[in-house]
Amino acid sequence: MPELTLHQTVFALVTSLLALFFVLELVRRRRLREEYSWLWLLTAGAMVVLAVWYRLLVAITHVVGAVTPLNTLLLCAVLFLFTIAVHYSVIISRLTTQVKNLAQELALLSAQMEERRD
Amino acid sequence: MKTLVLIPAFNEAARVGRVVAGVRAAVPDVTILVVDDGSSDETADIARAAGVRVVRLPFNLGAGVAAQTGYKLAIRESFDCVVQLDADGQHEPADIPLLLNVIAWGEADVAIGSRFLGGGAYRPGGLRRAGMELFRWLAWLLTGVRFSDVTSGFRAFSGDVVRFVATEWYPTDYADADVLITLRRAGFRLREVPVRMYPRAGGRSMHGGLRPIYYVFKMLLSVGLAPLRREPAVRKGA
Repeated sequence: MPELTLHQTVFALVTSLLALFFVLELVRRRRLREEYSWLWLLTAGAMVVLAVWYRLLVAITHVVGAVTPLNTLLLCAVLFLFTIAVHYSVIISRLTTQVKNLAQELALLSAQMEERRD
Repeated sequence: MKTLVLIPAFNEAARVGRVVAGVRAAVPDVTILVVDDGSSDETADIARAAGVRVVRLPFNLGAGVAAQTGYKLAIRESFDCVVQLDADGQHEPADIPLLLNVIAWGEADVAIGSRFLGGGAYRPGGLRRAGMELFRWLAWLLTGVRFSDVTSGFRAFSGDVVRFVATEWYPTDYADADVLITLRRAGFRLREVPVRMYPRAGGRSMHGGLRPIYYVFKMLLSVGLAPLRREPAVRKGA
């Protein structure tokens, strides 16, 4: 399989570094909590590694039996999006339970307060 | 036996008053609690005016959550028994003592009011009937118990069961066949009691629109997973 040209490597590296710094910047400004950032950082990190180490992508392509490195990238992208969507569903489920418990607690406590007042 | 009659209600201003009056007439010396599931009408005010205790959820959370709020109150105030019935008048309050007796005499830990054992007027038809048959059959397959009515919301729980259903696994949307299966698997004794049920007198059913499809999907999933789930920490006698 052909190597990447310098042009391609630079472009891939710059793009993936931008992605990495974008996520880090969100965490730095506390717009993204650390606990929800790890999946994004992992992905951005992997993008950087693959940009500078094209042979790794080629090797993975052989391992999974894909025809071109592009297929491997596409597969990774789909898997990543699937993972992050499920990750969010898990978080939403947890939040739903917490909201439910808080609402129940609030309802019970305010009923108790009203009964005391009367 | 310190008994709580629990009536979860969502937008039932037109019917909850009559249900409360019926419960009073049937069991005069029990505590009655209406859990208002974030209604947009006067359900809570009417219940308060009727002189029963009211807990009002800040927003609509579903019938399962409303019922569980009542269970949590029952635990905090150490009630020995909770009887639950719908606020829409489908369940006959005069039959409450039938359920209570089962718990009081220790014949079972869960008493389920069945519309099919007795002489009630309510006979659902078509798809609803088919759905009930399906879950009846699944419940029988998974527990070995032949329930006649697995979608009944008219039931009584002993104190042990209340502590059990106040935990995190209790479903927040629909809670029918899967609850029976889980309770059975946790070692509780379930007993069906013939009760009267009536068709809804107006108002909107919980099962309108596309919701029956979701109901079947949810119930199949949770019934199917019930045997695979780790049993909750609180068990019978714990």
